[in-house]
Amino acid sequence: MANQKIRNFCIIAHIDHGKSTLADRILEKTQAVASRDMEEQLLDNMDIERERGITIKARAVALDYTAKDGETYRFHLIDTPGHVDFNYEVSRSLAACEGALLIVDASQGIEAQTLANTYLAVEADLELVPVINKIDLPSAEPERVAREVEDVIGIPCLDAPRVSAKMGTNIEEVLERIVTDIPAPQGDENAPLQALIFDSYYDSYKGVIIYVRVKEGTVKTGDRIRLMATGAEFTVVEAGVMSATEHINKGKLEAGEVGYITASIKSIGETRVGDTVTLAENPCAEPLPGYRKVSPMVFSGIYPADGAHYNDLRDALEKLQLNDAALTFEPETSVALGFGFRCGFLGLLHMEIIGERLEREYDLDLVTTAPSVIYRVTLTSGETVMIDNPSNYPDPAKIDTAEEPVVKASILAPKEYVGGIMDLCQERRGVFKDMQYLDDVRVELHYTLPLNEIIYDFFDALKSRTRGYASLDYELAGYEASKLVKLDFLLNGEIVDALSFIVHQDKAYPRARKIAEKLKENIPRQLFEVPIQAAIGGKIIARETVKALRKDVLAKCYGGDITRKKKLLEKQKEGKKRMRQLGSVEVPSEAFMAVLKFDDDK
Amino acid sequence: MNGLYIHVPFCAKKCPYCDFYSQSYRAAAAESYVSAVCRNLRAIPQDVRFDTVYFGGGTPSLLTAAQTDAMLAEVRSRLSPGAEITMEMNPRTMQTEKLMGFKAAGVNRISVGVQSFQPEVLSLLGRNHSPEDAKDAILRAYQCGYENISLDLMLGLFMQDADSLDRDLAEALALPVTHISAYLLKIEAQTPFGKTPPDMLSDDDTAARYLQLHDRLTKAGFSHYEISNFAKPGYESRHNCKYWRCEPYYAVGPAAHGCVGHVRYAVPKDLSAFCAGKLQETYITDENACGREDRIMLGLRLSEGIVPDDALMRRAKPLMPQYLVTENGRLRMTPEGWLVSNSVLAALL
Repeated sequence: MANQKIRNFCIIAHIDHGKSTLADRILEKTQAVASRDMEEQLLDNMDIERERGITIKARAVALDYTAKDGETYRFHLIDTPGHVDFNYEVSRSLAACEGALLIVDASQGIEAQTLANTYLAVEADLELVPVINKIDLPSAEPERVAREVEDVIGIPCLDAPRVSAKMGTNIEEVLERIVTDIPAPQGDENAPLQALIFDSYYDSYKGVIIYVRVKEGTVKTGDRIRLMATGAEFTVVEAGVMSATEHINKGKLEAGEVGYITASIKSIGETRVGDTVTLAENPCAEPLPGYRKVSPMVFSGIYPADGAHYNDLRDALEKLQLNDAALTFEPETSVALGFGFRCGFLGLLHMEIIGERLEREYDLDLVTTAPSVIYRVTLTSGETVMIDNPSNYPDPAKIDTAEEPVVKASILAPKEYVGGIMDLCQERRGVFKDMQYLDDVRVELHYTLPLNEIIYDFFDALKSRTRGYASLDYELAGYEASKLVKLDFLLNGEIVDALSFIVHQDKAYPRARKIAEKLKENIPRQLFEVPIQAAIGGKIIARETVKALRKDVLAKCYGGDITRKKKLLEKQKEGKKRMRQLGSVEVPSEAFMAVLKFDDDK
Repeated sequence: MNGLYIHVPFCAKKCPYCDFYSQSYRAAAAESYVSAVCRNLRAIPQDVRFDTVYFGGGTPSLLTAAQTDAMLAEVRSRLSPGAEITMEMNPRTMQTEKLMGFKAAGVNRISVGVQSFQPEVLSLLGRNHSPEDAKDAILRAYQCGYENISLDLMLGLFMQDADSLDRDLAEALALPVTHISAYLLKIEAQTPFGKTPPDMLSDDDTAARYLQLHDRLTKAGFSHYEISNFAKPGYESRHNCKYWRCEPYYAVGPAAHGCVGHVRYAVPKDLSAFCAGKLQETYITDENACGREDRIMLGLRLSEGIVPDDALMRRAKPLMPQYLVTENGRLRMTPEGWLVSNSVLAALL
């Protein structure tokens, strides 16, 4: 197929603005799949994605469209993740395209996420095709939203297609725009191979399936390929394209095409997103720009609620890692929680998704410790150490300086919430950078915020203070010196390692008090009183007491019927099994979880 | 020696807190029930001897003296001398003539459902008698020659503060009673209280009331011999102690529970099936009863406690002396231990 008939594009949209629905309509109109095979939101495969309405892993499909000019075009639609945790993956998906559909909700207008991804698309030199969706809504204001897009993003939008993906209205117009507005790919099929990996996943029959965009050259079955970042070499088994429901092995891929390659690759650790595929015998001179190794930003300990399931947890993490190179884990031991794993995630959403998949797909009950970022600590000896686990935090006497990661955050919200947002950012140690009015109604605020203030419940707090209207995007912006302390909790005089965390000195006191209260609420009364203390170093800064149990008796055991008494005893013994025995204190798993959730309104 | 428990599943009116099996009293049903009990008593092998009989309910005193006599007649030849024969009674059923008749039939211990001597408590508990009804009934029983009289008290309603309990105890101790059962009210899901619970005391207050009860009754010469039971020396319920000592007891009547040969069994809660069937059906609830766990769980309900093995002592140590104590080689719970006995047992077993 000649390059001139190919269109590679992706869809940029805020959550809920209808990306998946529009993708489904495009799939229908191009008749890539029969309607009867359609499931709602075909591109999103995972249950969690469906429920949350977000896309976690990128995917791509090839579609044939016969345009009004009578020619048949090959579309490659590349689906991209939509969450800040996956910014790098988004940027690589965008780099595989020449254009992007920018979907804007006709009633809600532009959101922070749309804007962030739009900037990424502009940086990647993509041709933007705005589409105004949800025109069927009574609250739709397509004209206002079109003007907003022109003002804020600076691209012509007044003649943008007005569609309703839900109702199937005006979808043809979008398809025509893809043909007319998005440029055909360039590239020479005879040049040395240069193909961009924008996604990969593990298939138990074929091994790793790499999704690539061929920029230059050709790759064929039997070719010896080299992945330039890792240096690994493989022999191509299949090279082809994805229909909506299956892989079609064509035996080769040429410059301009988007497709997949299999080469009996065992681990996706070797097929990194952003890496360049070339031929071992005739390599290209330079890898494609933009590659970086993804590294986790948020860490937490994951333990089986029942210690007997340690091996199940390890197996489950190994299976998840087959398809998620960003997930890291290594064994960790906690006095309180026993054997578990220290896991690294791209961000909080990524962490929640992994947690949910472990519980749902692998039927595991988990205890997760407070998420931590990576702190950079310079010791008085001059040595610098990176700390992702509070247990390893050095003795304060040996610390020269401590630094924490900060992010550049951008928050978009209606202007009436600016006060509330500023209060929140202030509370979270944010440093105000600037503020721009996007239009009469909406404001974009820029802050520098410590990452550890964001990873707890910042997004929830932001939503509750803006009645859900604010949107947040952030990117890592290096390290800044900070007054950090390690906060420990003691039950009955003994430190519970799983509850320790690192916190800014000014936040230590209120947080200590709140967590001590939460522990009190969540630790049931037992035969002896349980003192709860929060401490920095040896200094107690907050305390609570779980009073001793006073009444737990089956007073009446009537007429010789003791079956009930026995059942009760069995239940009580079962209940004990679900408790963590910390010294003489029994702590339910829920207590560890409850302390992770801070209420914003206290 | 064996005990015999006969469940009498009739009540004039069901109390809102009670989840024991009972039906509205009807004379015809009672007649047919008594015949069925007699049939079943006859079916118990003749060489099985009893030293206690307990008519529980329900309201056994709704039956007539003649009916009671008919049932006891079936086992009379098998009773050991001085057997304890208890009948639970509602104050409203304790007319002199009936009391005399029960006595003549052989009943020598009565347990009167008093619950409280305060009208507002009685009305909240849905009782059909007044404080005076209860006092008069007990005095009448005493005049009829009953020497072994027990009364039931209920504890745990919000209005039952320390004064309220003291008043109830003063009234109880002024009566000729030898035994007092004091139960902490427990809200059962399948009862009217389960659906609309009354205001209850906090656990801390209930605990304080329980210790007050222990204190007052102990001073008055009663021994706190079981979690919820107090008796003057020698008047402990011999029948109920069988439960806690893993001694055998037979069960007759719908919803009755028995334990014979280390097998626990029960009769289905079905009055018509019981009356219609030739012999009552039973189902086994525990094939291996009276093992170590049972003996610990049940034996520790009594103040006499149990002889502990080494493993038990090891687990008991951290709970001493607040919840458990040893005396003459026996391990027993303290009143504070009884209050949290479920948790103590969970720690021991």
